Amino acid sequence: MIQINKVKHVFVCLCLLGSVLTLPQATQASSQSTIKYALPRLVKIFGAGGVKNLYGYSTGFLVSPEGHIATIWSPVLDTDRLSVVLHDGRKFEAEVLGAEPHLDLAIIKLKSERELNLPYFDYHDKVIAGPGTRILGFSNMFRVATGDEPVSVLHGVIEARTDLPRRRGAFELSYAGDVYVVDAITNNPGAAGGAILTYEGKLLGMIGKQVRNAKTNTWVNYSLPIDVLSKSIEQIITGKFESSEDQKKPDAQAPERYRPVDFGLVMVPDVLYRTPAFIDSVLPDSLVAKAGLQPDDLVVFVNDELIKSCKTLRAELGKLEAGDLLRLVVRRDNQLVSIELQVPPEK
Amino acid sequence: MQRYFFCATLITSMLSSLIASAFAQASLADPAVLAAQKQRIDVIKAVSPSVVAIFGGAGEGGGSGVLVTSDGYALTNFHVVAGAGNFMKCGLNDGKLYDAVIVSIDPTGDVALIKLLGRTDFPAAKLGNSDTVQVGDWAYAMGNPFLLATDFQPTITYGIVSGIHRYQYPAGTFLEYTDCIQVDSSINPGNSGGPLFNAQGELIGINGRGSFEKRGRVNSGAGYAISINQIKHFWDHLKSGRIVDHAALGATVSTGLNSTIDVAEILEDSDAFRKGLRLGDEIVSFAGRPIRSVNQFKNILGIYPAGWTIPLVYRRDEQKTTIYVRLQALHRASELQEQAGQKEIHPEQAPQPGDEKPPQIPNPHAKQAAAPPPEKYKHLYVPKTGFANYYFNQQQQDRLLQALNDSGNFSDRKGTWTLTGKQMDGGDFTLTLADKGIGFEIGNEVFLQSLETGIILDEPPGTGGFLAALHHFRLLLSGQAERFTDFYYLGSELLDGKNELVDVLVATQTGTISRWYFNKADLSLRGFDFYLTENSEVCSVRFEQFQTLNGQKFPGELDILYGNRSVMKLKIERVKLETLENTKK
Repeated sequence: MIQINKVKHVFVCLCLLGSVLTLPQATQASSQSTIKYALPRLVKIFGAGGVKNLYGYSTGFLVSPEGHIATIWSPVLDTDRLSVVLHDGRKFEAEVLGAEPHLDLAIIKLKSERELNLPYFDYHDKVIAGPGTRILGFSNMFRVATGDEPVSVLHGVIEARTDLPRRRGAFELSYAGDVYVVDAITNNPGAAGGAILTYEGKLLGMIGKQVRNAKTNTWVNYSLPIDVLSKSIEQIITGKFESSEDQKKPDAQAPERYRPVDFGLVMVPDVLYRTPAFIDSVLPDSLVAKAGLQPDDLVVFVNDELIKSCKTLRAELGKLEAGDLLRLVVRRDNQLVSIELQVPPEK
Repeated sequence: MQRYFFCATLITSMLSSLIASAFAQASLADPAVLAAQKQRIDVIKAVSPSVVAIFGGAGEGGGSGVLVTSDGYALTNFHVVAGAGNFMKCGLNDGKLYDAVIVSIDPTGDVALIKLLGRTDFPAAKLGNSDTVQVGDWAYAMGNPFLLATDFQPTITYGIVSGIHRYQYPAGTFLEYTDCIQVDSSINPGNSGGPLFNAQGELIGINGRGSFEKRGRVNSGAGYAISINQIKHFWDHLKSGRIVDHAALGATVSTGLNSTIDVAEILEDSDAFRKGLRLGDEIVSFAGRPIRSVNQFKNILGIYPAGWTIPLVYRRDEQKTTIYVRLQALHRASELQEQAGQKEIHPEQAPQPGDEKPPQIPNPHAKQAAAPPPEKYKHLYVPKTGFANYYFNQQQQDRLLQALNDSGNFSDRKGTWTLTGKQMDGGDFTLTLADKGIGFEIGNEVFLQSLETGIILDEPPGTGGFLAALHHFRLLLSGQAERFTDFYYLGSELLDGKNELVDVLVATQTGTISRWYFNKADLSLRGFDFYLTENSEVCSVRFEQFQTLNGQKFPGELDILYGNRSVMKLKIERVKLETLENTKK
C-alpha cells in the first residue's frame, strides 16, 4: 500500500513536472489560437481621404453575422464609396448605419443581397480587464495588408484603465470616458477601429485615434473599452439609437429643463467650439425684455457661474429649477449690467 | 534488490521535485514563467556571439549584421554597407573588433554579404526556415540600435510576428521588400542588417526596415525583416562578389473580374511569352504557391534571382498548363552599377510613393568612408565594373575550373577537335570544332558556322545556335576561358527549374552567352545553355554519359534541346583532339 502511495506521489510529481514543461508552449498556443480566431473577424476599411496626413483607410471588426462592423467615427467614412475588404479578400460596399461621435464610434454595414453568415465578436460580453493583463492588438496599421492579407498583430500589456486629460494642449479628444492605455504601439495610421483582445480571445476594446500630447510630444496608445461601447453598438444595430449629437446637448448627462428661449433670449448661432454668449435678439414682452436686456449684450455670469460660451450658458440655464432666482450679469459697452428674475414653471 | 533500487529512485526523484518546488516557492514565481525565462536567457546566450556590430572602415556610421558561417561570412543590409567603404570594422560580443571586407551586394533586396577576417572559427547562427514562421510566434531582434553598445554586446528586443508574406513597396526605385516578415519587436536605426531569431534561436530574417511616420524615425510598432528563405535562394549569388540582381517575368499581372490574377501586359521577347503565356491568362500558381493577389505574385517574384527557372501554372479556357519560365533581369547592368556606389547613395532620402512613407532604417551618422584598407588584407579586394568585389568571383571561378580540370584536363588540346558518332535514330555525324569555324556533317547535310565573319547564326536552323554553342564548349574545356569577352561565376540555381542545385559559370563572346552547370554536390559538369542574344530562345546541351580518353573524362552523349523541346541526341563514338601544333601542321 505504501508502495502504491509512493508510486502515486511520483506520478503526481511527474505530472506536475510535465505541466511545468508544457506551460510555456500552452501560452503560445492560446495566443496563436486567439490570433486564428480574431483575424477573420477584422476588416480593412477604405474610404475618403488619401490626401496628406488624412488617411483613406481604417480598421473595423465584425459584430454581427449579417455584416455589422464597429469602427472608429472618422472622415474615412465620409464618402458614398465606402469599401470593406474581409480577411479572405472578399470586397463589399458598405454604408454608415449610425454613429455616436461622443464615443468615436460608428457602425457600418456591408451591402449584400445574400445572407452572409460571417464570423463576429460578441460585443454583449462586457469583459473588463485591469492593468497587467496581456493583450493582442489587431489593426491594418500603415495599410500593410491589402486583399486577402490578414491585418497586423501586436502584443502588449494594459498599463491602466483611466480617463485621458482631455483638454487643449493635452489630448484633444471628443471622447471623455475611460480608456485602456496599453504599452504596445497600437495607435498608428489606419489602426483606429481595430480591436484589442485578451490572450484568451475576449474582446476588450476598440483601438482609438492617434492622439498626441502637444506639451510633451508623446503619443498615447489607447482603446475604448467594449463595456462602454456595447450599449451604443446594440442600439445602432437595432435601430433604437438616438445620437447625443442629434440632441445637441452640451453634455450627455446634464439636464436641460430650460433653454435660453424660455426666458426670451435668442443667442447668436453657436458655430465655434467656444462661441461667446452674445444675445442676438430679445423676444418682445419676454422675461428678459422686461428686465431690460438688449441685443449685443454679452452674458458673462449666470448665478455666479462664469459663462465662457453659448454651450455653458445652455448648460447653466438647463440646470435651473422652477422658482429659482436667476441672476444674470451681462456686459454692455464696457459696463456690467446685472438683472434678476424668477424662473417660471417648466413648459 | 530491484525493489530497493526502485525505492531509492523514488526517494531521489521525490526529493529533487521537493527541492525544485521549494526553489519555485522561494522566488514566488510561476514555474512556467521561470522556465520560459530560462529558455529565453539560454537562447540569447547561444545566439548573441553571432551578432555583428558593423562600422565603416574609419569607424564611422554603423549598423548590424549576423555571422552565418564559421569562416566569417556575415549578412547585413545593402543600405548599411553602402557608403561604408570596401573594408569595415566589425565588433562581436567577445568585445573584439575584426576587419571585414565587402563580398556582394543585392541593392534590390537590400542585402549585402561581408566577410569577417582573422578567424576560421567564428560563431555562426543556425539558419531557420522562414516559411514555417507563423503570426504570433515570438521573435528576437538583435543588433546595435542607436549604436549604443560600445562593448559590442547586442541589444535584444523581443516581440511577436505581426504579419508574414508582407509586401513593402520599393523606396525609390530599388530596395523592395518582398515576402518579408513583419514584427512588433522594436526595430530602430542601427538595427539595420541585424538578425531576427525565432524562439529556438534560429535565424529567420534580416531586419532592415520599419514603418515610420509622424512619430519620428523610431520604432512605431511595425518592423520588417527580409526572410532568410529569400536569402537562401541568393546565397551562392551573394558569394559571387557580384552586384546581384532580382528578377522580372517579362509580364505584369492585375486583378481581373472574379478576383482572378490575370496577365495584364506581356513582352513578346520574354521567356514567358515563348513558353506560351498570353495576355489575359489567369495565373493559378507561381513557384508552387497559389496566387490570389497581385502582392502575392510580387512577393514570389521578389525572392528569386534573375536567371532562375520557376514553374508557373496558368489557366486559359478552363485548361490549366504548367510551364517553366526563365526569369529575366529586373535592372540593366548600368542601373545596378549606379546603385552599387559608383556614386553616393542616400536611399533613406529617396522619394516615397503614396502617403505611407515606408523607408528603410537610416544609417545614423553615415559619412563617406575614406579609410585606407588594412595592409594585411589589401589583396582581398579586387575592383571590377559590375562586381562588388571581384576577388570572390575569382575564387569561385578557380574552384569550378579546378574541378573541371580534375575530371578532364584538355588544356594541352587547344587545336581542332573532331567528334564523330551516331545520331540516336542511326545517322552518322561528324563535328569539326576549329578556331576558324564549326562544321557539322549529318547524313547528307552540312552546316557551317564561320567564326571569322563575326556573324553568329542559328545553325543548324531550329537549334538556337548549336554550332556556335560548341565553340564555347571547346574554349572552356580546353582551358581557354580567357578568350571569352566576359567570364564569371553567377551563383547557383535549380537545373532547369526542377532538378538538382547547380553552380553556374557564365561566358560571353560577341554577344552570345553560355551558362555552364556544375552539380553542387560532386562538381561534375551537367551541361550548358547557349543564347544567341540575351533574350533569344535557349539552346540546351546536356551531357548524359562520360567516356574516358587517356584517363580524362569527355562527354559521351550530347542531348540537344531548343526551348524545352528535344532536337537531337548525339552519341559520340570517336574523339580526336589536336594540340595547337598539330592543327598548325
